[in-house]
Amino acid sequence: MIIRQLSIFLENRTGRINEVARILAENGINMQAFSMAETADFGLLRLIVPDVDKAVEVLRSSDIAVMVTDVLCVNCPNVPGSLSAILEKLAANNIFIEYMYAYSDGDTANVVIRPDNVEAAAGILA
Amino acid sequence: MIWNPNKECMSRELMRELQGKRLQKLVQYVYHNVPFYRNKMQEMNVSPEDIVSIDDIVKLPFTTKQDLRDNYPYGLQAAPASEIVRVHASSGTTGNPTIVGYTRKDLAVWSEVMTRCLTAFGVTRDDTFSVSYGYGLFTGGLGAHYGVENLGATVIPASTGNTEKHIRLIRDLNITGIACTPSYALYLAETLDKMGIDKSQIGLRVGAFGAEPWTENMRKEIESRLGLKGYNIYGLSEIMGPGVSYECQEQNGSHINEDHFYPEIINPDTLEQLPYGEQGELVFTTLTKEGMPLLRYRTKDLCTLMDDECPCGRTSVRMSRIVGRSDDMLIIRGINVFPSQVESVILDMPEFEPQYMLVVDRVNNLDTLQVQVEVRKDYFSDDIGSMLAMKKRLSDKLKSVLSIAADVRLMEPGSIERAQGKGKHVIDKRKLQ
Repeated sequence: MIIRQLSIFLENRTGRINEVARILAENGINMQAFSMAETADFGLLRLIVPDVDKAVEVLRSSDIAVMVTDVLCVNCPNVPGSLSAILEKLAANNIFIEYMYAYSDGDTANVVIRPDNVEAAAGILA
Repeated sequence: MIWNPNKECMSRELMRELQGKRLQKLVQYVYHNVPFYRNKMQEMNVSPEDIVSIDDIVKLPFTTKQDLRDNYPYGLQAAPASEIVRVHASSGTTGNPTIVGYTRKDLAVWSEVMTRCLTAFGVTRDDTFSVSYGYGLFTGGLGAHYGVENLGATVIPASTGNTEKHIRLIRDLNITGIACTPSYALYLAETLDKMGIDKSQIGLRVGAFGAEPWTENMRKEIESRLGLKGYNIYGLSEIMGPGVSYECQEQNGSHINEDHFYPEIINPDTLEQLPYGEQGELVFTTLTKEGMPLLRYRTKDLCTLMDDECPCGRTSVRMSRIVGRSDDMLIIRGINVFPSQVESVILDMPEFEPQYMLVVDRVNNLDTLQVQVEVRKDYFSDDIGSMLAMKKRLSDKLKSVLSIAADVRLMEPGSIERAQGKGKHVIDKRKLQ
């Protein structure tokens, strides 16, 4: 399923990620999953939340540099081999993965994938 | 040792008389040969006859770097082209470079004042002296070169670059003196370490350091690592080049060669002349220059002038260390950098907000420049590769405009402090005092 992910640009500065968490907390927005990518001088926080539009609005009003990116969210059984099966299908169809992260939820796991072609990838896994 | 006691130890009274006479002659000369000055004086209702003593200098117009640019290339030249024997140029910033033409007499004066400096540093005809300022359009190399020759020491025109070969020459030719920037002196020390050569294996004993601001701590470090004594030498190409002022053995300010370069300190806002001892902008009038004489040239360097007696015997006025600039020019690793250069690059790139901050620091005695810039909202990307590519595009452009590398920091929109009124674009963390 294609879902919308928040991508937030963060300067490397102590406490900056805290501000994002605080703004979301104050507005009652729960973070379901996130990953943090870093370079020597800035970071990208990637975030899955239930109410994307509200999150964008409150973050932008606090001058946070937030973008919305389409990603693929795949729910699969939380057992060995299920991720491998998904990735093999994508590789077999020449889909390149830019980044991915996952979180488990008891019996199932959710894998967030950013492929080079979101729609094609969604079609393959449908 | 004093090279020219006649001039360097002249009584204050006689010096002022000499300066007055030279100023009168200079004003006549520029009034009749430089339309720029004639027009300015006429606008101010001043005629050459109004200048009788050196105190009358306050009636004369100022000259700025912008005037030099506006009159590029030869507009302020007073001597006919046939009399000019050499031309130097100072680095252009956003505009035209400054072109300075010298007559044969100008070059002789330059050699004379350089020789006074070297003699004050303890250099004699028995020394072998390496000139490691750049040779070329920059005044440092050739200016120091002819001073060493005039003194009668042996000059090694090493220029800059090829440091290992240079160090071998210092050792093998028993070079005893060197003129270079203080940062190059530290680089020499590092290279010495890398080559495994101890300072006891080289015979350097005197260093003439200038062309960029430096600190007492740098002096101590250079002195201990190279085993020499370091002296400050000051100059600027618009006025002459190196040799405008120099430290004596007392090292309490730099003696100005004021029979050739008349110094004033002014309040940079009101342009009023300030008394000795007060801090302000340093202004020079070239009392004897023929090629491109300047009236009251505003150096933008901030310092104080001292006229108390110096135990060395010289009577000339001394200038303190430069404590800052009255404009926003930065000297980074010896290169002149104006924030406006960075601004013009950033304004040309739609990816960035017109907000930026230059952070200058000195890490291990090497100047560093960081450019902080805000990325426009529409140009953020979830793709790290494209963000890094954006950063590199800016780095590359800055490098080609500034001639030095800058560390670019991408910032969030709104994160750089907005100034009230006049924008503040520089944080200089270097401790230069």
